[in-house]
Formats: sequence, C-alpha cells, structure tokens
Amino acid sequence: MEKGTLRQILLITDGCSNRGESPVQCAKRAYENGITVNVIGILDESESYVNHSLQEVELIAEAGGGVSQVIYKEDLSRTVQAVTRQAMNETLQGFVHKELANIFGTERSLEEIEPDKRGEVIEVVEKLGETCNLEVLLLIDTSASMHDKLPTVKDALFDLSLNLEARLGDNLFAIYQYPTEHGTIGLIQDWVQKIDSITALFPHLVSGGITPTGPAIREATEKLQALHNRGEIDGAKGWAEEG
Amino acid sequence: MAQKVGQKKDRIILPHGATIYGKWNKRRYQIVRRIGSGAIGTVFLCRENGKDVAVKMSRHALSLTTEVNVLKSLQQVQDTSLGPFLFDADDWVAPDGTTYSFYAMEYIDGVSIERFVRVNGANWIGVFLMQMLEQLEQFHDAGWVFGDLKNENIIIGGKQPTARFIDVGGTTKIGRSIKEYSDFYDRAYWGLGSREAEPSYDLFALAMIMLAIYYPEKFKRTNATKNVLLTKLYAINELKLYRPCLQKALTGKYRTAKEMKRDLMQTILQLQKSKRKNKWNWSYVIQAITILSISFIYYCLTFL
Repeated sequence: MEKGTLRQILLITDGCSNRGESPVQCAKRAYENGITVNVIGILDESESYVNHSLQEVELIAEAGGGVSQVIYKEDLSRTVQAVTRQAMNETLQGFVHKELANIFGTERSLEEIEPDKRGEVIEVVEKLGETCNLEVLLLIDTSASMHDKLPTVKDALFDLSLNLEARLGDNLFAIYQYPTEHGTIGLIQDWVQKIDSITALFPHLVSGGITPTGPAIREATEKLQALHNRGEIDGAKGWAEEG
Repeated sequence: MAQKVGQKKDRIILPHGATIYGKWNKRRYQIVRRIGSGAIGTVFLCRENGKDVAVKMSRHALSLTTEVNVLKSLQQVQDTSLGPFLFDADDWVAPDGTTYSFYAMEYIDGVSIERFVRVNGANWIGVFLMQMLEQLEQFHDAGWVFGDLKNENIIIGGKQPTARFIDVGGTTKIGRSIKEYSDFYDRAYWGLGSREAEPSYDLFALAMIMLAIYYPEKFKRTNATKNVLLTKLYAINELKLYRPCLQKALTGKYRTAKEMKRDLMQTILQLQKSKRKNKWNWSYVIQAITILSISFIYYCLTFL
C-alpha cells in the first residue's frame, strides 16, 4: 500500500448545537468524503458523567466514522491524543481489513483471525500509523461558556502536536474556531506542521449562546477538501511548501 | 467503526473462582483475584494447571495484540527476564456473549520499589539503578524503548531482590513515537525532549523513578521545569551519591544506557576510593560495598 494521507476533523465543544443544519448529517457527509469526524465533549464540574447533555457528541462521531469521548477539563490533554490516535488506527485498520478481504475473499474482523496471525495484521496497522501523513483540522467551540477551558485546550493542542511530531509521517494542523461574528468558522491558525506553545490562540470569544455546530463541520470539511485540491495541483511540492 | 474511547480504566469484573476458557488454544484459567486495571485492560491472578499466572484481559483485541507482539519479540532476542514471560494468547467468549482477548504471562510477585526502599534502605537504590540500566540496555539493543517506565510498572521480587519491568503497553520500536506514557515520567511533558522512542527517553524516566520514590505524591510542571526537577533532586539527601548521574539523565546527556551505567559504576568506585583516603566514613563505605557486592551477585546470576 502506498503512503497515504488521513484526514480528520477534531471538534472540541461543551454544548449542543442550536443553529443551522444537523451536525450529524454534516458529519456523515464529511465521512462520505473520506474525512473522519472525532468529537470531544467537555463537561462542567457541576455536570455528572452519567447524565450529561452531550449525547450529540456521540452521534456526531458515529456519523463521522470517528471516535468520541465526554470528559472533564483536566483530562483534555490525554484525551485529545487518545482520540486522534485511536481514530487514526481505526481508519487504518479499516484499510487493512479491506486489503485482507481482497486476499481472503471475505471481510473478516480481527477477532475472527487466530491470535497468532493477528500480530502480523497489527504490525501492518502500526507501521501505517507511524508513516502515513495526517491532516487534522481542529475545530474549537469558543462560545462564552468555553472561556475558562481554553487555556487547557491550548495546552492540549500543543501536546498533541508534540506527540504526533514524533511520528515518521508528516502532519499538518489547522485551527478554526466557531462561532464568529462574521460567518461560521474563523481561522485561528492556517495549515502548519507543528503547533507552537506560544501561538496566540483564541483571541475572540463570542457570547450570545449561538452554537452552529452543523454548519461549522460543513465548512471545516470544505477547508480540508480545499487543502487536498491545492495539494493535487501543486503535486508533491505541496507538502514542502506548507511549512 | 465508530467507537467511544473507554473510560480512563477499562475495568473487567470477574469473581474469584470464575473460569476463563481459551477459544483457540483451549486452555483453562481459574480466577484467583484481580491484580489491577490499566488503560487497556485488567490483569488477574489465575491458576492454570496448578501454577500461578497473570492474565491480562481486554475488550480491545488491537491494543492487546500489540503487547503480545512486543512480548514475543522480547522472548526471541534474549533468555534472561526482560518483561514477563508469555505463555498463551487467546480469546474468551464470556457467558453473556462478549468476546474478550487475553494473554497469559508469568506472574511476578513482589513489592513496589518505593516500598522496598522505604523498608530496606537507600543502599538499594544503586543496586536497582544498575539492574534496570542493564535491562534497558538489552531492551535498546533489541530495538525497543520501554516507554511507559514508571514506579507502578516495576516490581521488586525474588530471593535476590531484582527489579522487573511488568507492563509492556508503552514499549515502542526505536525511532517511532512513544505509544503510552505518564506525564510525570515523560520528558516531553517537562519540555526536556521529544516523544520519539530513543534510549535517552527511558533514561529520563529512570531518573524520574528515583525522584518518585521520594515524592510519592509527585509534583507538577511550572514554567522553569528544568530547575524544578533539579531542585527536587538536590533536596533529597539519599540521592546525593547519584546526583551527577541522575542530573545527566534528566538533561539528556546520556545517549545510551551503557554510558550511564559506566558513569554510575565510576561514581560508586570513586566514592569508595576517596572515602578510603580520607577518614573512614563507614556509612558510605558500607553503602558502596553493599552496592558492589550485590551488583556482582546479580551479574553472576545473570550470566550463569
């Protein structure tokens, strides 16, 4: 298999959408276009884990072929890594399974392969995960209630970049926020190979209770596709020029 | 395809006496008790054919298979004890229909390094440092970095107290990115290096293990991380002897375990010499002699 590029949207939010089209539909469309949508929901200290209001988070990730988790603020850094990595591995595992299906003639899940042989499959998945290119669009809900969580978000994103940097494959990150005063999503950081700890993130918070998660996912999908098209036009040079 | 990332701990509850039956290899394990739960599974003490084994079980076949791969490869390259010995890898279909993946490994009994040092004294620090460096060197020579090196992943056991590494969940091929790590022991968390799997990553964690013995509550990073670590290191009198070595490990001055080992050996020898020249300082001499003789016994045992 040639060295491919995985494309992900990682949405970090603390509330439910209340404006525009359904985020679940938008996530589904992203997935149909080869982009997985992962979601991290952040709970307030006062909310209990069992009865949280973030069921939407799970549904969006499910439609987007991705991974979701609902957590408290303190666990954010670790979760951002875990979700990104797991989503990557699952996507790759999906590819490998299709390859296996080509060999065996039928699609088989990992559990149906005898433990002794599983090792080889995993080895392939790991190797791909280490070497594939990764494009992550980080979509951050910066509505007023997120205010006290943003320093933690910033730390977590920096840590994610640090973590993925250690891979052999190339990484590209872009950071968008929503909502904004003009339009749906606002650019915070255009495509870069690493996120710097000193990057000035999230300068503008918008209050007013509007959370257009659906439109935000749709626009994020378009941004990722635009990057892809740009890459095709520029050919192989695209990667080098991004830095 | 969609999946929720498990809660912090993937805990599986099975009562004493329950039986796990391997779907492929047909071996039977009887649960004695739960040993602990980690990020990707639960470890049980079990009996199989009259002997004690540790069984790690998880719903995530993927992560577990990765660990089995590591254990298999470690067993191919050496005959001493790098990580627990692997006996079996299989699936179990529980009565409720859920399939769990598991693997059975050597049960390593003992106490934590923290507890051992508290009970038996700081003289042992040098011994364990030596032993662990020896093992890390073998890990590295075999192409692996241990990764998630921390006090919870070390057990001191055996008649001749020996430090053993027990959880290979973070073990990563050299050159790749560290698979699993814990903030306190992670050099990238402290801003003192990358998360690329290279021998110096383990050496940093090894030095942090020594700090963790004396700071069981741990501590967090601030802006001047390097100074925090060094201040904490200098505050512990019991680590005085090893300060130069540990400081170099924390600041990434050692590229290999061998370098650190050589330095450590020299520190111990030099100290012995200088103390002999000056007045006899019995506590140091005894400390040095103990370390040397125990290391010697350990080497003999290893090479027999």
